[in-house]
Amino acid sequence: MPDDTVPGPAGTYVFDGPAGRRGQTMNRMFSSLRDEHARAEFRAGEAAYCARFGLSEAHTAAVLDRDWQAMLDLGGSIFYIYKLAMMDGLSMQYLGGVFTGMSEAEFTAAMRAGGRRDV
Amino acid sequence: MSEVIWGLGTSHVPSIGAAMDRGLVADPLWAPLFEGYAPAREWLAGRNPDVAILIYNDHANGVDLDITPTFGIGTADHYRVADEGFGRRRVPDVVGAPEMAFHLVQNLIDEGFDLTVFSELDVDHGFTVPLSVWTPDPGEAWPCPVIPVMVNVIRYPQPSAARCYALGQALGRAIASYDGVGTVGVLGTGGMSHQLAGARAGFVNPEFDHMFLDAVARDPEKLTALHRDDYIRLAGSEGIELIMWLVMRGALNPTVRTVHTAYHVPASNTAAGLALFDNRAG
Repeated sequence: MPDDTVPGPAGTYVFDGPAGRRGQTMNRMFSSLRDEHARAEFRAGEAAYCARFGLSEAHTAAVLDRDWQAMLDLGGSIFYIYKLAMMDGLSMQYLGGVFTGMSEAEFTAAMRAGGRRDV
Repeated sequence: MSEVIWGLGTSHVPSIGAAMDRGLVADPLWAPLFEGYAPAREWLAGRNPDVAILIYNDHANGVDLDITPTFGIGTADHYRVADEGFGRRRVPDVVGAPEMAFHLVQNLIDEGFDLTVFSELDVDHGFTVPLSVWTPDPGEAWPCPVIPVMVNVIRYPQPSAARCYALGQALGRAIASYDGVGTVGVLGTGGMSHQLAGARAGFVNPEFDHMFLDAVARDPEKLTALHRDDYIRLAGSEGIELIMWLVMRGALNPTVRTVHTAYHVPASNTAAGLALFDNRAG
């Protein structure tokens, strides 16, 4: 059984209570992007949009810099983070590459070869 | 008396729906997946139920993180297809079955399953992709009214596999005691092994997936004995979605006939699986 405070095996983000609390403002901001008018407002001024949702400096920097790994570390849920990636025209394979130190093409090739079975 | 005539377990990967919407089903990358679906679709085409019950999870589209129901059920007349961030999927909205849903809510709560009730709900790919796996060309409407049953699988701690199976068993009893319709199909969705985030992203475990496909038919208690941490370790942080297949399985008879199974890697970042059970041929 894994450590009670950090569930899941190495290299795994489990979106538990503490993570949800850490990422609450950022995830709420991502959630708002379900609406096309909100997407337009976000595009018109990303920093101001983040400020309106009360994001911390660290959250805001991760969003503006598209630091996907930092978003995870700061309590982002992958399903919420993905809303921003979709706006940027990025795929889940691209994100998979970022998280694993591969290019999108390398990650996609690993999936087509049967997935990553040794991790 | 209503009767569950079949159960369908299927992945709900968004790219499966996208491949269909973009006409890529014959693309060499996608063709093996859809060829695997063909026998199930053919069998199901002649067996439209009066109502379907679809067990799924929302992915930050119908509900937000302000409230996370562990289990929920929809009692609406209809469900809009959600805008997940790039506009709505061009598939029909979903017609609900509120009278039957009210009956299920009452019976499930009386049995100790205190589900959150949704009077309004937008349904995302977790819902519409399984409908497309079942019915690739719905035309103007899906084959029958559908009742959504929602399970939290993205916020830890998820309900236990055993609790999901027990919910399915109670659901089966609630269906059987309903006089308003004749036949019912039950869909359990999600999986199979996959992980989207972290250094372990891309994780796939075919041995576990094949064990699951076999056990869900013949020995579901083997799967209810696994802890949520076992699912995360063996099937990946998103592979825990497979607990939703156990709700479907619980609603079926102890003995079922497997009509068809299919397994394919990858559907984008995911191992995709399908299992179709005839509930009238035990």
